[in-house]
Amino acid sequence: MKVYVKFDINALCRKILQEQLDASGINYRIIAFGEIEILDKLSAEKQRKLEEHLGEYGIQIVENQKNILVQKIKDAIVEMVNQEENQPSLKSSVYLAEKLNHSYNYISNLFSEVTYSSIESFIILQKIERAKQLILMNELTFTEISYKLNYCNVAHFSTQFKNTTGITPSAFQRIIKKRRELQVQEQMQNN
Amino acid sequence: MNNDLIHVCLADDDADDRLFFTEAFDSIKIKTAITVVNDGVELMDFLNNDENSKPHILFLDLNMPRKSGMECLSEIKQDSRFNNIAVAIYSTSASDRDIEDAFVKGANVYIRKPNDFEELKRILNEVIALNWQYHTSGLNRENFVLSI
Repeated sequence: MKVYVKFDINALCRKILQEQLDASGINYRIIAFGEIEILDKLSAEKQRKLEEHLGEYGIQIVENQKNILVQKIKDAIVEMVNQEENQPSLKSSVYLAEKLNHSYNYISNLFSEVTYSSIESFIILQKIERAKQLILMNELTFTEISYKLNYCNVAHFSTQFKNTTGITPSAFQRIIKKRRELQVQEQMQNN
Repeated sequence: MNNDLIHVCLADDDADDRLFFTEAFDSIKIKTAITVVNDGVELMDFLNNDENSKPHILFLDLNMPRKSGMECLSEIKQDSRFNNIAVAIYSTSASDRDIEDAFVKGANVYIRKPNDFEELKRILNEVIALNWQYHTSGLNRENFVLSI
């Protein structure tokens, strides 16, 4: 039997952070997605242990100021793209500038400097990744997915998918399906 | 990313192609450390030696003597030690079917090798920047598929 799961990234991260911080006996306050205030002084040993435990979940503590802001930009974009309903109708540049309290010009330049890719291409990448998840869940048609992700029509969605990945949405769907079948076959052979 | 070095491994039996790729890697903005191996057998020896740190991304020539790119791909995909390595396959010519087959067998990237140096630089830059996003932005690597 195969089951597919879907998850709420925000809730998942919050829960893991709470569990790990509680287990380390640290007083803390979760301020926002990806931002935690530590209320007492953290010894180097405690911080090292915390980093190690969080690392197992792929969670890293971000150090320098530029990287912190880049991480906030990424988090804001991920949050924006993953909203279930009511994707912001504002232009994403306006949305991000308001959310992060900096001019769009500033965050856009900083983002390119640190990550070697533009905010625009990161947004497209995140949208296409979200589209891939939705395609693999098999609940929505391509047309439904394109409206959910704010594309004006399915043709525009398919074109951007092809431009980003080099393959069409239906080829992607077929490839992952075949890949999963192949993995199942190999597991059966190995057992 | 500005201070991080991307570890790249390149497997190609053709000396000219190795030079073509390593020069392109050296001239892109993103800093890479390259390990070069001469064929598929050498590649698997390198990967199987746990003393060597695992590359972030592997560039594999499809046509190599002794062990082809596809054979390496299958071995890599069946070993959980290599789960975090992205695999980019390249060849001079490819039908849509070859490309789809490589993806089904677990390749992340399929590159149709250009003859033009500037074009190769553009492609490598894009592949490495994208792989880095998968590495650092919590994206699901299983869905990383790029045909370029």
